[in-house]
Amino acid sequence: MDKKILTTPIQAEDLEDINVGDIIYLNGYITTCRDVAHRRLIEEKRDLPIDIRGGAILHAGPIIRTLDEDKYEMVSVGPTTSMRMEKFEEEFIKKTGVRLIVGKGGMGKGTMAGCQKYKALHVVFPAGCAVVAAKCVEYIESAKWKDLGMPETLWTCKVKEFGPLIVSIDTHGRNLFEENKIIYDKRKDEAYKEICKHVSFIK
Amino acid sequence: MIEKEAAEKITDTMVKFIDYTGKCLPDDVRGKLDELSRQETIPLAKIIYDTMMKNQKLAIDLDRPSCQDTGAIQFFIKCGAKFPYIGELPALLKDATMRATKAAPLRHNCVETFDEYNTGKNVGTDIPSIFWDIIPDTDKLDINTYMAGGGCSLPGKAMVLMPGEGYEGVTKFVLDQMTTYGLNACPPLLVGVGIGTSVEVAAVLSKKALMRPLGSHNKNARAAEMEKLLEEGINKIGLGPQGLMGKNSVMGVHIENAARHPSVIGVAVNVGCWSHRRGHIVFDRELNYVIDSHSGVNF
Repeated sequence: MDKKILTTPIQAEDLEDINVGDIIYLNGYITTCRDVAHRRLIEEKRDLPIDIRGGAILHAGPIIRTLDEDKYEMVSVGPTTSMRMEKFEEEFIKKTGVRLIVGKGGMGKGTMAGCQKYKALHVVFPAGCAVVAAKCVEYIESAKWKDLGMPETLWTCKVKEFGPLIVSIDTHGRNLFEENKIIYDKRKDEAYKEICKHVSFIK
Repeated sequence: MIEKEAAEKITDTMVKFIDYTGKCLPDDVRGKLDELSRQETIPLAKIIYDTMMKNQKLAIDLDRPSCQDTGAIQFFIKCGAKFPYIGELPALLKDATMRATKAAPLRHNCVETFDEYNTGKNVGTDIPSIFWDIIPDTDKLDINTYMAGGGCSLPGKAMVLMPGEGYEGVTKFVLDQMTTYGLNACPPLLVGVGIGTSVEVAAVLSKKALMRPLGSHNKNARAAEMEKLLEEGINKIGLGPQGLMGKNSVMGVHIENAARHPSVIGVAVNVGCWSHRRGHIVFDRELNYVIDSHSGVNF
């Protein structure tokens, strides 16, 4: 099967045939955007310093080497826990028009609603694989909000076949982690009952 | 050895060791990941494991930190009361962390609380964290280094149960943390459980449990049995790599325990992610050192 590759700017139609569990890749631009950037946009009501309409964000705080003034090298970059951005994400999608949110682990109901309403995906890059991800970065296009420090700066990266990206929330209202959680909870209850047969040490 | 020279030797060794542990996983973790990946049959889980293996090789080939979150640096020290440089250790470990930050490079992970700014050096108020055990009558310095990443620190939780809840309550507490926070914390996880009286006792023990090599067991037979039961039970949940489902969930479950007040059971859980960047180094009084967590270290 051919690799499914999205290219920024991404159109809503590009996402129609993509479903949870699919593996995709990204060409074009992606901007790291995490906790404080989300707070600034939603709570502080500041505009993002870059236009990401049709674009992609990465919940990540990279390791960057400064080569020269305004010249940077991507050393290691991988996703951070997406759930931390859950409380802001629906509004974030609405305000920015972002189409692809790359992170780690699942996200919740707000993001699901945002992805369905405004047509966006949440996808997972295998976390901890930060050198694989850094190798997909061709160069760093810009660095904004540098006052936030290395992890929180908005680093816009030109990427080639950035992935594998595993679709966790699609535009059809499905959420892979939430669906899996139902299975995990059932198995957990069984495991709990089994273990309890053997740990009555207080008697 | 004159004091200044000795301090420089320890600092220099620790800079290189911290740097190295961010790029190469310890032998036990590599072995376990290999074992777990071979058991996977689900295509998605296999792709994730393949990406992980590829990443670890690239990190060494390109001399880069394998995960971008190189953590807040923590040291778990067992220092002999007769180790000659005991008093210099806090300052020199801070210095080593700062120098490793530049050399590796490590990500800047030290934000001063309330003032809310990143120091940019990985050192700040009580960072790096140092946890001390003073060992009477020896002259050795035993250090576990650990990169406490954000993702694997997030599931940390401690609470005090009533005795009526028993070890069944401990079981529930641990399992609940796996399916809520654990699945986002980069499984397969190493799970540390601490049991004692109050939360801080349990919490420190739960982290010390993560410093034990994989495959080691609690010396109490019942605790060791509970480690096995929890490992099997959590594996049956099948979180798989990245929480996206698979054959297993964990690399291991370690329990560390203290005696408790009769009215309470303090319990805490801490997890290590698959990229469990622990290093173990032991210095003697002449500052010869042995690294047993990573074979083939050469610096």
